Amino acid sequence: MRLEYFLLIDRVVSLDLKAGTIVCESTVPTESPVFEGHFPRYPLLPGVMMIETMAQCAGWFLVAMNRFQRMPFLAAVRDAKFRSFVKPGKTLIAEAKRTHDGSGYAMMETTLSCEGRIVCNGTITFHVAPFPSPDFETEMRERAASIGLLGHEALADG
Amino acid sequence: MSSTFDTIANIIAETCDIPRDTITPESHAINDLGIDSLDFLDIAFAIDKAFGIKMPLEQWTQEVNEGKATTDQYFVLKNLAARIDELVAAKGT
Repeated sequence: MRLEYFLLIDRVVSLDLKAGTIVCESTVPTESPVFEGHFPRYPLLPGVMMIETMAQCAGWFLVAMNRFQRMPFLAAVRDAKFRSFVKPGKTLIAEAKRTHDGSGYAMMETTLSCEGRIVCNGTITFHVAPFPSPDFETEMRERAASIGLLGHEALADG
Repeated sequence: MSSTFDTIANIIAETCDIPRDTITPESHAINDLGIDSLDFLDIAFAIDKAFGIKMPLEQWTQEVNEGKATTDQYFVLKNLAARIDELVAAKGT
């Protein structure tokens, strides 16, 4: 995780396009300017970053499902629950399952777990639209490669 | 069995907290009921699920933006119900 850059997914653990699922892994850094404010001498991963981690995990699924032709943008978060604190240095597992693939939108059930316990969960709605620019798409392909999405996508295709 | 319009009206009432008796077949979802695009995603989701269809929202939006259709054709509820009936019928063929 690079919190300051909002790069919150370290690697894709598994991707199953047919089942509509993805699992990603991330490790919370031990130090970050984020922890200077959240909170002084009591560093915790902000809840908004837990949501964003789940959203990026689910988003990568939708990018893969749409073969890099479309980009998901956060539209709504429903029933978000923050069940436990997450401290620096912890490894997180983000999981997402597609629940609906609509016309120009999609819904994903998401969870974030730490040491086998769910620390956050919620339902996320995305607008799914064509990439606004070729450069953006290229950048996303490079990021996908860096977290290992492309290999999984190929595997999922058999 | 409730009509397509009744199902849509019930979904809108529940999703957007609009009194059911104010929703009529002549109501325009956007202009009369004040439903915005984000709320309409929730309605579209519920309609997709209720009827087992995938409303082509992107295509409709594109047609409106290109001047090939008016919003009345898709967002006046009696017309929306007719479009949904067409989609359900097409699914069964």
